[in-house]
Formats: sequence, structure tokens, C-alpha cells
Amino acid sequence: MGRLVYYELIKTFLKKRTYIGFLVVLVVVPLFVIAMKIEGGRFLQMTTRSLQQDFFFVGNLFNGWFVAFYMMNSLWIHIPFLISFVAGDQLAGEATAGTYRLILIRPVSRARIFLSKYYTTGIYTVSFVGFLGVLSVGLALLLLGRGDMIILSRGLLILPAGDVAWRFLVAYALAAWAMLTIASLAFLFSSFVENAIGPIIATIGVNVIFLMITVIPAELFQTIRPYLYTTYMDIWQRVFDDPIPWSRVGASAATLGGFSFGFALIAWLIFRRKDILS
Amino acid sequence: MTGDVILQTRDLGKQYKKRWAVHHLNLEVHRGDVFGFLGPNGAGKSTTIRMLLTLIKPTEGDVSLFGRSIKKEREEALRAVGGIVEKPDFYLYLSAFRNLEIVGALNGGVGRKRIQEVLDLVGLGQRASDSVKTYSHGMKQRLGIAQALLSDPELVILDEPTSGLDPQGMKEIRDLIRHLAHDQMKTVMLSSHLLNEVEMVANRMAIINKGELVTQGGVADLLDKGEKYVVVRGKPAATLRATLKEQKFVKKVVSRGDECEVTMSFDDIPALAKTLVNEGVEVQALIPCRSLEEFFLSLTESESKL
Repeated sequence: MGRLVYYELIKTFLKKRTYIGFLVVLVVVPLFVIAMKIEGGRFLQMTTRSLQQDFFFVGNLFNGWFVAFYMMNSLWIHIPFLISFVAGDQLAGEATAGTYRLILIRPVSRARIFLSKYYTTGIYTVSFVGFLGVLSVGLALLLLGRGDMIILSRGLLILPAGDVAWRFLVAYALAAWAMLTIASLAFLFSSFVENAIGPIIATIGVNVIFLMITVIPAELFQTIRPYLYTTYMDIWQRVFDDPIPWSRVGASAATLGGFSFGFALIAWLIFRRKDILS
Repeated sequence: MTGDVILQTRDLGKQYKKRWAVHHLNLEVHRGDVFGFLGPNGAGKSTTIRMLLTLIKPTEGDVSLFGRSIKKEREEALRAVGGIVEKPDFYLYLSAFRNLEIVGALNGGVGRKRIQEVLDLVGLGQRASDSVKTYSHGMKQRLGIAQALLSDPELVILDEPTSGLDPQGMKEIRDLIRHLAHDQMKTVMLSSHLLNEVEMVANRMAIINKGELVTQGGVADLLDKGEKYVVVRGKPAATLRATLKEQKFVKKVVSRGDECEVTMSFDDIPALAKTLVNEGVEVQALIPCRSLEEFFLSLTESESKL
């Protein structure tokens, strides 16, 4: 299996499309951090204007931690889009290229080929999220320095400087776990069709619709939400709560794992019976 | 020449909705055969080969490779089989060598020496490190054969291996097939819609039409059922034609300038040569020809009329 995964990684990482996501992150993150360094102070002042009437802020609250946390919001839409570029191509790309005819006539089971592709998708997803984390946190700290971390998403929370780094580590690990669900969804769509464009569009479409249902405060959607993976994708944000709701984080992580497994299982059921006509 | 049966299909069939692409197909390929699998376009050749190589699942029947069912013992059955299905496609952004490394890994691991060996065999040794996207169609076809041979299989299944090649490329592939059969002792199953291709390289063959087996047997036996004719070239053309038409053993004459295609028994060739010389014809050539073409067309056309 190790050898199959190794060659799947070679196939994936020698493909140009694999680097689209890395390239986008490499361009956008420095641009965002530099823009924040130039104008970000004003941004923080604007967002905390109402709070400044009741609170007196001391020290450097506009720092690397604040900007790095802010950039994690790309995990809702932008990063899933970039991940689906690769995950959606894993199976459909072989059909498009006609290379199913090269690999599926070998004395190796479809199960092993499927698993090696799924593992590779997972490795790509984790490495991509890791790259985003290292670059955004590293660059933000480098240019904007450290300090206490102000969190404005649910009221006002200030975390002491010494209590932040490990939270980012855990948050990115959980983000990678959540992104595996997106990757699994794209992988599932990839098993249906013979062109990678379809899985990418379908993944983004489903993600956007599910997110809308998750965030729009309508009674109508209340009953649907528990069945959508997007409901549980905020686990990385929960790590910045105080205290951290570990039981909720654990339950969400397990649910996301269930979704990933379910998507992969359906993809396998399709793949194992698939007639290769391309 | 031929040994025990190493590939056998039993009532093999594939149905798409209500249409049977292949139906009740029973083939036998013996060890040492160059087996021609012949049929017009759309006859079901590629569907059959895809079933043999487990790319599509049969609706009915089974395939046995080296005595092992592909349904029950797929991996073991495919271990000594290499193949190309239709046009060979590769990871275009990778080198030929890297592509073969990937194929090798799927075959359980193949050494660098063996990869270079098969690339040399198909004449791509010098281009091993070039990415496949820079290859011509003929080179990709040869790389296709290289990947089929990589694990040194006993049975090589080639689906239309000369498709899209120029005459020189077609000859190279035919020579390679002969080399595989005669020098490397491989069993080759060759699918084609080109009669002369099968005639030139195969010793046994099957004809398929509309998904069903029309006939199967030795090429020589089937050739005997086909039309025999002699191409006669000589001058003057008018005397040649007139003399040919007067002979009782000549059944039919089709003239094309200085050349006539004469339907007759090969036993009468010496008598024909003597008569032509006596009549003052300057004989330039007497070429005995046998062709599957008439036989093939009669079989496939009669099937089509049903």
C-alpha cells in the first residue's frame, strides 16, 4: 500500500493544478497581512468603536494573532474551493485522461487503488491546510508581532498572549479534519463522473448552499441543520472560546468524521462497480 | 504450435439497457497462439477485451485466465497478463520512465533495469526521460506495448495496436508482435478490424459481429474457406486477357490494366504459365493470393442481414 500511495503522491504533486491552491495562498496571505499592517489598525478601531465607549484597551491588540485568526475565515468558502480542485480530480482525472485503462487492468485490487487515492487526497488536504496555517500565522506574527488576542466574533474575548499559540495548533488540526470532509465530498463527486470540472462545481455548490442553511437564522432550517456537515465545521473556532467546550468539539469532530467516512464509503461503492468505458 | 487453453470465455455477455454489446461469447486462446480477434467496428471487440481485463463487469458468463476465474480470483488471474485497451493513454506530464514505474508498482514492483529493457525493446530507450506529452502517436502506441510487457506476462492482449499509425508504424508493430510470439514465446491476443493484419501475424482467430461469435479456428483453415486468386501481370494486355478467358480452369477474370486478378485453383498455375508463354504473352508475374476478405465479408454481411 505504501508504494501505491507514494506513486499517487507523485502523480498528484507533479501535476500543476495541485499547486493552484498553494499559489493562491502564497499570493493572497502576504497581500492580506501587508494590507493589514498598513491599514489594519484603523480596521480594528472601526470594529471596536462601540466597545471603546465602555472599555479601555491597553497594549497591542492589533497583532499577528488577531490577523491570523481573521484569515482562518477563508476555511469556510475559499479553502474548500481550492481543496476541491485536487480532491475532485483524483478519480475523475483518471477517467478524463483515459488512464483508468492503464491502472485498473493490473493484478491489484480496486480497493487498494481506491484507498491509495483517498489517502493521497487526505495527505494533500492536511498539507495544504498546514501550509495555510504556517504561512498565515508565521507571516502575521513576523510583520505584526505578538500580544494578547482579541476575539470579536461572539462578543468580546481577550486571550492572554501565552495562551494563544497552542490554540492555533489545535485549531488548524481541527480545520484540517473539517477540510477532510470537504475533500471526501469532492472525492465522492469525483467517483460519479468522468470530468473533474463537475466535482469541483458540485462541491462548491453544495458547500455554499449548506453554509447558507447553517447560518441563516430561519426556523425552517432548524430541523435540517443537524444533517448538514457545515453545522459542525466551526470546531476550529470553538478552540478560541474560553473555556473551550471540549465535549462539543469532540462531538462535532466525530460527526465530521462520520460524514467523511460516509462520503468515502459511497464513493467506494460506486468505484468498485464502475464500468470503465472512457 | 498451440498448447493448452490459457484464456477461455464461457457464455460471456455484456448488456447495456436492452442492447447486448456482447452475447454468449465462447473464445479459446491456446498457449503459444497469436490469436486474431477480428470484427468490424462496433462488433464488440473492445467490450470483450475490457471484460477480459476486468475494466467492465460481464452481465453474464465468466472469463478464465490460466484456469482462474476473473470473478473469483481476479488478481491471481491477471498476474501473467499484460494489455492495451484501445489507444494507450498515459500521464502526459510524467516521463515514459515514470509512467512505467507507476505501472510497475501496480504489478507488484518492477526494477529500473526491466523498465529500461522494455523501453529499449520498443525503441524508446533514448526518450525514456522525456515527458509523454512530447511523444507522437506512434511513440505512445509503442509505449503502450512497453507497459503491456513490463511484468513479462505470458499473455499479451492488444486491442487495435496499429490504430492510427502510418504504414511504417503498422509494420513496426506487426514485427514486434512476431518477435514477441516467436522469440519471446508470448501468447498474443490481437484485436483488429483489419483483415490483412490478422492474416499476416495470427495463427488462430475468431470473428465477431454484432456481439456474437461468427466463427473461430485456425487462420489456415479459415483461409481455405476464403477466395483464392492469382494476380497475373503480362504484356500485351489484350492477349493476356483473351488467353485467360479461354482457359477452362479459370472461373473469373477481373482486369486492371496490365494486371488481371484470376479466380482459379492454385494447382493450375503451372498449366497457366505454360499456356501464356505459348500464346506469346510476356509474363512478368504470377502471384498466388488467398484472402479472408471475401470470407469475412460474407460472414459479417450475412449476419447483418439477419
